[in-house]
Amino acid sequence: MIQGIPIYHFLVVSTLMFFIGICGFIIRHNLITMLMSVELILNSVNINFVVFNRYLFPDQLQGHFFTLFIVGIAAAEVSVAIALIINIYRRFNHIEVEKVSQLRF
Amino acid sequence: MSLNVVMFYLLSATILLFALLTVTSRRILRAAVYLLFVLIGTAGLYFLLDYQFLAAVQLAIYAGGIVILIIFSILLTSHISHRFKRPTLPQVLMGGSVALAGSALVLYVLMNHSFLPAEVKGEVTSMTEIGTQLMSTGKNGFVLPFELISILLLAAMVVAIIIAKKENQNIGKS
Repeated sequence: MIQGIPIYHFLVVSTLMFFIGICGFIIRHNLITMLMSVELILNSVNINFVVFNRYLFPDQLQGHFFTLFIVGIAAAEVSVAIALIINIYRRFNHIEVEKVSQLRF
Repeated sequence: MSLNVVMFYLLSATILLFALLTVTSRRILRAAVYLLFVLIGTAGLYFLLDYQFLAAVQLAIYAGGIVILIIFSILLTSHISHRFKRPTLPQVLMGGSVALAGSALVLYVLMNHSFLPAEVKGEVTSMTEIGTQLMSTGKNGFVLPFELISILLLAAMVVAIIIAKKENQNIGKS
């Protein structure tokens, strides 16, 4: 742990980041910017895992490995999402969520 | 006030500022670059917490891989000079109120909870320890999720290629 910084300060940062991501997910209309908001949310959860690991159980590594696996899953998620976005762009010529109302035509 | 503490507040301020800019910027490429700064700041927090390997992974995969992928897809799908319309008032109200209410609730619960401090003293995790635990099948071993995630990544790669592939007959005719 870091001398002089309580665990709460880390948790406040990650909480605010999580809800900034939620807010962005609601107010944005573009698929790529929504994907970026999801990245923010995943990242804040990662900070939580790492901080709990370091402050509460410093002799174990569970939070560390969970963060590693979340990073890997985020990479898989982004690659599939971007393939879908490019496919949607080919069919509709834009990636605004509100105008994409059909899955197939 | 030690240098660590100053560094922590500096990094947190950067992270929160650029996170806000990521969701409010009206130019999409700038939003992606702000996201890059958020991810680099998070890697800095991991360095502060003495998880060097995790910080390196964060820099390599998130800042190096995912942001580059996002920037590529932005360049493929939208105009650089395009600016988003301002979000309408009801949407801003709804998003803002959800975020405010949620963060108020979570912060209230967090502040009223007392965490048990660790009895043992943490030291810097060695690379050998990480590698041994990741590959061990015994207690605290992580070999099963490690293998699972390798299959997941392979499946995601195949799916991404199949989805993004051009269907040459249909595209050519229509």
